[in-house]
Amino acid sequence: MAGRYFGQPIRRNEDPALLTGQALFTDDVHLPGMVHVAFLRSDYAHARIRSIDVSRALERPGVIGVYTAEDLGDYWQPGPLLVPPPPVEDIIFHQRTQVPLAKGKVRHVGEPVVMVVAESRYIAEDALEDIFVDYEPLPPVVDIEKALEPDAPLVHEDLGTNLAARVVQRKGDYEAAKAKADVVISRRFYYDHGLAAAMENRGIVAHWDPKMQYMTIWDTTQAPVVIRNGLARMLGLSESQVRVIAPFIGGAFGPKIMMFYPEEVLIPWLSLKLKRPVKWIEDRRENFFATTHERYQVHYAEIALTRDGRILGVKDRFYHDTGAYDPYGLTVPINSQCTLLGPYDIPAYHSEMNVVFTNKTIVTPYRGAGRQHGVFVMERLLDIAAKELGIDRTEIRRRNFIPPDKFPYNNEVIYQDFVPLVYDSGNYEPALELAKKLIDYDRFLKEEQPRLRAEGKHVGLGIVAYVEGTGIGPYEGARVQVETTGKVNVATGVGTQGQSHFTSFAQIVAEQLDVDVRNIRVVTGDTAEFHWGTGTFASRGAVVAGNAIHAAAKKVREKVLQKASEEFGVPPEELELRNGYVYTQDGRSISLADLAVKANPLRGAVKPGTEPGLEATMYFGPERGATASGVHAMIVEVDPELMDVKIRKYVVVHDCGKVINPLVVEGQIHGGVAQGVGNSFYEEIVYNEDGQLLTASFMDYLLPTAMEVPPIEVGHVETPSPWNELGTKGAGEAGAIPTAAAFVQAVEDALADYDLEILEAPLSPNRLFELLKEAKQKKEG
Amino acid sequence: MKPPAFKYLAPTTVDEAVAYLAEYGYDAKPLAGGQSLIPTMNFRLAQPAVLVDLNRVQELSYIRPAEDGGVLIGAMTRHVQVERSDLVAQRLPLLHETVPFIAHPQIRNRGTYGGSISHADPAAELPAITVAHRGRVQLRSTRGSRWVPAEEFFLGLFTTALEPDEMVVEIALPALPPRTGWAFDEFSRRHGDFALVGVAAAVTLSAQGRVDEVRLVFMGVGDRPMTSAAAPAVLVGQEPSDEALEEAAQRAAQEDIDPFGDVHASAAFRRHLASVLAKRVLTRAVERAQAR
Repeated sequence: MAGRYFGQPIRRNEDPALLTGQALFTDDVHLPGMVHVAFLRSDYAHARIRSIDVSRALERPGVIGVYTAEDLGDYWQPGPLLVPPPPVEDIIFHQRTQVPLAKGKVRHVGEPVVMVVAESRYIAEDALEDIFVDYEPLPPVVDIEKALEPDAPLVHEDLGTNLAARVVQRKGDYEAAKAKADVVISRRFYYDHGLAAAMENRGIVAHWDPKMQYMTIWDTTQAPVVIRNGLARMLGLSESQVRVIAPFIGGAFGPKIMMFYPEEVLIPWLSLKLKRPVKWIEDRRENFFATTHERYQVHYAEIALTRDGRILGVKDRFYHDTGAYDPYGLTVPINSQCTLLGPYDIPAYHSEMNVVFTNKTIVTPYRGAGRQHGVFVMERLLDIAAKELGIDRTEIRRRNFIPPDKFPYNNEVIYQDFVPLVYDSGNYEPALELAKKLIDYDRFLKEEQPRLRAEGKHVGLGIVAYVEGTGIGPYEGARVQVETTGKVNVATGVGTQGQSHFTSFAQIVAEQLDVDVRNIRVVTGDTAEFHWGTGTFASRGAVVAGNAIHAAAKKVREKVLQKASEEFGVPPEELELRNGYVYTQDGRSISLADLAVKANPLRGAVKPGTEPGLEATMYFGPERGATASGVHAMIVEVDPELMDVKIRKYVVVHDCGKVINPLVVEGQIHGGVAQGVGNSFYEEIVYNEDGQLLTASFMDYLLPTAMEVPPIEVGHVETPSPWNELGTKGAGEAGAIPTAAAFVQAVEDALADYDLEILEAPLSPNRLFELLKEAKQKKEG
Repeated sequence: MKPPAFKYLAPTTVDEAVAYLAEYGYDAKPLAGGQSLIPTMNFRLAQPAVLVDLNRVQELSYIRPAEDGGVLIGAMTRHVQVERSDLVAQRLPLLHETVPFIAHPQIRNRGTYGGSISHADPAAELPAITVAHRGRVQLRSTRGSRWVPAEEFFLGLFTTALEPDEMVVEIALPALPPRTGWAFDEFSRRHGDFALVGVAAAVTLSAQGRVDEVRLVFMGVGDRPMTSAAAPAVLVGQEPSDEALEEAAQRAAQEDIDPFGDVHASAAFRRHLASVLAKRVLTRAVERAQAR
């Protein structure tokens, strides 16, 4: 239903403010009397705290207070479990959530131990150097497989194990499938992920106004409503006394949905206690330790196939590093477990997930949220199978795609939203064909690659498919109101961190009310404007909030037509909405502004049951998510002397159902691919055996820049979701999901003469050097 | 990431600056472009009590022809000025070729020649190039001034011949001899990063086309710029054949460097890169020498 507004490449409403520096970010909040916080964080991965001496810090001029866990009294509580474990039979799940300040023991480098509040951040940081913590270092848990050995040191002694969870999911009978197989391939895969490294770090300003008895909090969160509700409860205030504003945020990518961060709990508490505005802005160094990561998984995976490349079954046992705590439950590893199945019709699946506590920063979702791990394993298995069976790599994928007539397709495993993973719709073959066409697959393999190889160049192609479960529940809501000014107000509870909500949400409303998108003011992430909702995550804004806005806009349209119908004495179906006016067939008209005035009479009487204004609030809660899909392809050139890899061409064919704004979707894809490129060859979190983070600055943690990210060609395929009225599917994470799988395949292809099999990501020049050395030694026997 | 408090002084002349350095000695640190010092202060790795900001010392910013055919560069000359200098392009093509490898344009707009060599990061370009050019560095203090050859200026990791009361005021870079070809190359993870390894080469050929002289200087593979002894030993007096250049590169990478390992590259990989890059720059330098 691409309409006048919906589906159009409309320029972004938010850009003028952002581009002229007028947008409010958390650090832009300056209040009279504001004080500043800095945290003393653990230098050890694992240590007992013998004692803390803060006396010298308290003497420093300008220091207002110094707090340890003991000083918090009853307010010191482990954080809530944000996502409970899924209802899977025989599940093991041990809940250990983060604490505001470490008590007795520190469990990862960067865990906050002491909070200092001072007249300036400079003084607060000076005071950190005055504090003495007497630590007794303990052996750290770093390697996830060794962590489960019987004599391993324990992150949480009271548990008696480092196993945080074990979940076994099954579909069909894998062993029976294997018995019928012509080929069985098994490998060990290693996949490390990175950290989000959003341009804006986290930050919180809390302002308790004792005279108003009102708390205002600016927080770089993806879930302002949930933060407000939780904080009100913790602080003993009414929800109506707490307003949480998630203003403009410079990127989030998942880690800002994590809650409650220690700082999020402490800064408002401090403001209430001091009766002064309190600010804490995370600096980049803190961000490396204190904002959640995604981390590594090890998979022992096996695929059983027939001779002609049909998948009979897949078996996987994997280990997932959750870091020191598991407040986000099993979302990341469940995503890996489910997404591994991809776009393929797999009759039998057996997957054992083992989640492991380690002495590292907490792991919670970051763009892709574990899906890349699953995609990587599945796509690599298919690459190896294709080689072994002598089948073209795109052909083996094509043969195993779920055919379009098999939807909805039930994977029979429980997904992150606690219900069986059922794909709503999909049509995978056209996407593969389009990607092959855009990357010029046949010509590259038949002509280009042989020619370049003859010139001594090492060029290779990678092409992979993936699905992304998006748009999950529980629900979002929205209020749409036509003002007496003629402008339209839209308010929703989700936060915004660069997704173009101010434009795409406005387009959804414009399509119903036929008003200029620029006349629609969208408010997100302010609990004073809308206080129901869960947050921005899991690529769900366009699906869940989008459909709630759509429903509210439709309702307002009905009200508009009803009101106009009363005005003109004409049935609603004979009226037309155009450019902010309602027209009758005989040429009479009234503006939405005038209708809004009439809908809010100041004297006289209204009919019983009349609601004032042209306003509606609606909610949308999908029973199940919507499954997006796509194909990525790239061509790389490898310098096997310098071990450098350059991406020469990159193609994405993407199916996110109905597209609200193609500019926005392409932007999402470009950004995702950039992060995927980082995750393939540049970004790597490195901990040493002591649990020290060795990559804690942008000198060592390498983000791809404009020089490393290739131009990206995007092709669209539209398979609408039948499970929501707009037909949308999420688009937020897809760009980042299959990149490493495609990259590794391409590098392997480029180095075909070395007979390399790459079972890991990310790569680096140094790692390629080692892999090539191993391959050479193997060849020479 | 806020520095502790410090005293800030902003002299406008060299005399004034060295007077401050004499007064505060070890407690003082001169601030040039600030591209290394300021981050280290924000990380609280450096905590100077006194910062002597040289950015207002106009007399230190210049590029002048030297009488010997080389170039004189004032310590506060920005990388971008060197990059865009016609004089440098004409007289010092090796330096001209190298400057664009220094970090990013924003950093080159602020960073200075004197600052870079005083900081003496062994992975930085200018220390290696200053050595490759057989440059000399002029140091000043209230006690007077002295010239130090580049080879003797760089003493180790972030360590130079500078006394606490001294500062670099000028760098003298002689031109390369006739029939000399040059080349610089480096490998970094991303464009503009500190290189894993960099190599500068200058090869002088005799009228008969044999190698008269070779300078091969590595960066990023030791505690200072590393000058190869093996390359001249292999090549001088020889025809610069591909095999000879290969042997020179291999031996230089085996004998003349002392690479370390970090998160980006193991020592073994750095050694491998050093041999690959050495071969590449030697080859290009010989080609250029032959074309002259």
